[in-house]
Amino acid sequence: MADQKIVKIATRESYGNALKELAEEFPDLVVLDADLAAATKTSIFRKAYPERHIDCGIAESNMMGVAAGLSLTGKIPFVSSFAMFAAGRAFEQVRNSIGYPHLNVKIGATHAGITVGEDGATHQCNEDIALMRTIPGMVVMCPADDVEAKAAVRAALEYEGPVFIRFGRAAVPVINDKPGYKFEIGKGSVVREGSDVTIVATGICVDSALGAAEKLAADGISAEVVSICTIKPLDEEIIINSAKKTGKVVTVEEHSVIGGLGSAVCDCLSANHPTLVKKLGMQDVFGESGSAAALVQKYGLDAEGVYKSVKEFM
Amino acid sequence: MNNLELQKHANDVRKGIVTAVHSAKAGHPGGSLSSADLFTFLYFEEMNIDPQNPDKEDRDRFVLSKGHNAPGLYSALANRGFFPVEDLTTLRKLGSYLQGHPCIHIPGVDMSSGSLGQGISAAAGMALGAKMGGKSYRVYTLLGDGEIEEGQVWEAAMFAGFRKLDNLCVIVDNNNLQIDGPIDQVCSPYPIDKKFEAFNFHVINADAHDFDALRAAFQEARETKGCPTCIVMHSLKGKGVSFMENSIDWHGKAPNDEEYAVAMADLEKIGAELEKAGEA
Repeated sequence: MADQKIVKIATRESYGNALKELAEEFPDLVVLDADLAAATKTSIFRKAYPERHIDCGIAESNMMGVAAGLSLTGKIPFVSSFAMFAAGRAFEQVRNSIGYPHLNVKIGATHAGITVGEDGATHQCNEDIALMRTIPGMVVMCPADDVEAKAAVRAALEYEGPVFIRFGRAAVPVINDKPGYKFEIGKGSVVREGSDVTIVATGICVDSALGAAEKLAADGISAEVVSICTIKPLDEEIIINSAKKTGKVVTVEEHSVIGGLGSAVCDCLSANHPTLVKKLGMQDVFGESGSAAALVQKYGLDAEGVYKSVKEFM
Repeated sequence: MNNLELQKHANDVRKGIVTAVHSAKAGHPGGSLSSADLFTFLYFEEMNIDPQNPDKEDRDRFVLSKGHNAPGLYSALANRGFFPVEDLTTLRKLGSYLQGHPCIHIPGVDMSSGSLGQGISAAAGMALGAKMGGKSYRVYTLLGDGEIEEGQVWEAAMFAGFRKLDNLCVIVDNNNLQIDGPIDQVCSPYPIDKKFEAFNFHVINADAHDFDALRAAFQEARETKGCPTCIVMHSLKGKGVSFMENSIDWHGKAPNDEEYAVAMADLEKIGAELEKAGEA
């Protein structure tokens, strides 16, 4: 019954709470949304600071441009929408109006990945990390839980330049509420030490990786788990060092295996320490409707699925 | 500034456009020339700007939403003293700061632009930021009449109208020509004025090549409160260069050496007439 003690919070909720909590400290923070404030949870900020919340209506392309303009007047805009629309529909606006002039705009993209659930494939964005990684100068983060999500929002506000943060819809266990937890853009962390295989995970998959490591341990396999919140710039050192130690790497992400964390890790290792890598994630397929838990299980991204894949890989 | 002085500056701006595009062997002279009087009016009379202090906080802002007319903007900025006029010949060349489309790092350029439909959104954001910050500066943005076929323009117009951004002035350069033909034969955006009215703008139609008309239009825009203004500026593409006038061919093509000589002779002739008018 230990499970009942685990606190679960959706990182979109953490996002809304963080915006509200940081509003006094960052008086230039303004929040933009595209008719999804109730879902992205910027409604939490809006309730406390209505005059600093700008609803742009269902028009994400314009919203990105408005954010760019606001940043040029000294505001720090946090632009919110679902990942599909923030990174997908408005990709070119993000690239040309925010990325190219390197403006101080933050993008809070919620409802990323398949855990959007029942809405199905049209709303399940498995491409946002890949798209955002390709924009020069863009910081890309994918927090694992409530603690990391809040820390990422703060770090984004303290950082000068464009930042994309990916948040999820489904409630996920809090795993980083430990004394001494520190967050820094571009720094990963070894959340479990091991010697036989490295599992590099991001977002909600960090929890799955930890669960898989536990199961692997029972089979006598010692798995190291590296948690990567900042996919760009990537903490290359932590990945190279772990790969040197274990000689085998598995990546896990709630995203396409094309262009996401797995690709970033492969880019890093192929140039620095060629290592056999297995990429877990969406295997070049669209998602579908279903509960978040059922989807994560079907696509092999829960602890059991990761465990089985790592086992096969050994 | 009197109209004759503005006309002389505008003629210099046009020479800069033709020279820059000829030197680059690429670029967009047609729309740059149709907007040359507007660029001149904005930078020599209308806008609160300082070439010595291009980033001063209370300056008026300008976003060239139709970014391909960078030669026009650059020539106006150079002639106004933001950077040397001689640098115009480096346009589009490797290592030059004068990129093919406006880049925010160029002195006097307030926003990178070039992908059509995006500049108006940034301008709306700047206007909203000014209002939120209690600042009195105004924001101007220039769109092409072909550009307004982009859906984002109307997202931005809806936003600006709804937010009552009366510190925003949208200008549409209505020269009636886009790459594939006359705009009313490609995918007509007409009636332009009625559309902006429907999006809650105050709309003014004006002659793009008459400084009295431009002055009156911008004054009316400044005095209009409670809604943004759109000035639909009726212009002649290629204005000032005989063989480029009202010609689609010169939307995005550079003159060769012979054509450049003819173009400059046209403009020298206009310049001489203006000098004469000044002496009279």
